[in-house]
Amino acid sequence: MIETFLNLDILRAAWPVLLHGLGITLLLSAMTIPLGLGAGLGLALLSTVRTRWVRWPLIAYVDLFRAFPPLVLLILLYAGLPFAGIEMGGFGCVAVGFFLNTGAYYGEVLRAGIESVPAGHSEAARATGLSRLQTLIWVVLPQAIRNVAPDLLSNTLEVVKLTSLASVVAIPELLFQSRQAQALTYNPTPLVAASVIYFVVLWPLVRLLSRLEHRAIAGRR
Amino acid sequence: MSFLDTFFNAAVMARYAPDILRGLLVTIRLAALVVVTGLGTGLALALLRSLGIRPLNWAIVFVVDAFRALPPLIIIVLIYFGLPGAGWAPSPFVSTWVSLALVLMAFAEEIFWAGLTAIPAGQWEAARSTGLGFGQTLAHVVLPQALRLTIPPLTNRTIAITKGTALGSVVALSEILGAASSAVSNSYNPSPLTLGTAAYLVLFIPVVAFGRWVETRFAWKR
Repeated sequence: MIETFLNLDILRAAWPVLLHGLGITLLLSAMTIPLGLGAGLGLALLSTVRTRWVRWPLIAYVDLFRAFPPLVLLILLYAGLPFAGIEMGGFGCVAVGFFLNTGAYYGEVLRAGIESVPAGHSEAARATGLSRLQTLIWVVLPQAIRNVAPDLLSNTLEVVKLTSLASVVAIPELLFQSRQAQALTYNPTPLVAASVIYFVVLWPLVRLLSRLEHRAIAGRR
Repeated sequence: MSFLDTFFNAAVMARYAPDILRGLLVTIRLAALVVVTGLGTGLALALLRSLGIRPLNWAIVFVVDAFRALPPLIIIVLIYFGLPGAGWAPSPFVSTWVSLALVLMAFAEEIFWAGLTAIPAGQWEAARSTGLGFGQTLAHVVLPQALRLTIPPLTNRTIAITKGTALGSVVALSEILGAASSAVSNSYNPSPLTLGTAAYLVLFIPVVAFGRWVETRFAWKR
């Protein structure tokens, strides 16, 4: 059993490949998180516009991409768009697909955050002479972000986990590398090792989150 | 070829529609199984944890943390490609089902547990002092209040994990995406993918809208 699932020779051989995969995973995360946060912030700010013509399309956009399984979106971009003459390559597809997907999720979280700041705060800020932009940056956003910090963090954890889908379009991230190594050696040790790596990297975040979320639910009553 | 002929080719769509429909049924069956078993085991773990047996609770927290930290796709791959090494070769359907159910179990346990601990100790004490047993207190006093608190986060999480059924296509499960992908390679036309996308949206947009409604309906009034 140990020979099969924790074969040290195979682990030693696969280790550099797995580490390289982890690097790509972190790189993908470092790319997707700011992109998604930026898109989400844009969406959340747009949603403060009270006009129906802005609100409805926005809700439609967010719900569309929340209903769209990210893998389906990725395959659509990767296997479907080339028929229309648009070839983005694996990396481009991942960037666009994750941008659309995580943007919608971050947008929803940040919108809830902005709505959680009482209107009186921005009115008071405006009354002291701050401009709209200043009010947003110095009064609304700091409180909004603090109020939804657990959700933002939880979403960020999901984004890191989401990058494993990039393996499907042959991006050599951690999961892809471990599957290659497993296929090459006919041994599941690389898969086990990759799982352990994911766990070790993400566990601190999970611990922190579970504390924050616990407090959030307990505080609701 | 025009755009319509490429992405909305009626002949291709008609030929592969039965496959996609079969895939849709697989997706629905899988999603229903995941939701029922995932939420059920999650609640069971949360209740076990409320018994307060230390070593058991450490084990529960560890398992829950593990399945929250691991990407669902690697769990599916590990079960499908790894377990045969231990002498059990689960089908693509079973691999996907077990993996997603474990993930939902972990998230659900965490949410149920937070809900249970949110009920003040005074409620327990009051119920117990009126003569209710531990189980009765749990069933009639604590759970009804705790579950109400957990509904919005649980609904959103359940929807997100149910969308993961598409991951089954990676281990050759013929759910919607799997059926659509193989139809695309067979026909060399992306119309089946259009059809598959439509199937997902028809399935999930009402679910997402329902989630939105639940969020406002059960929102805590301050």
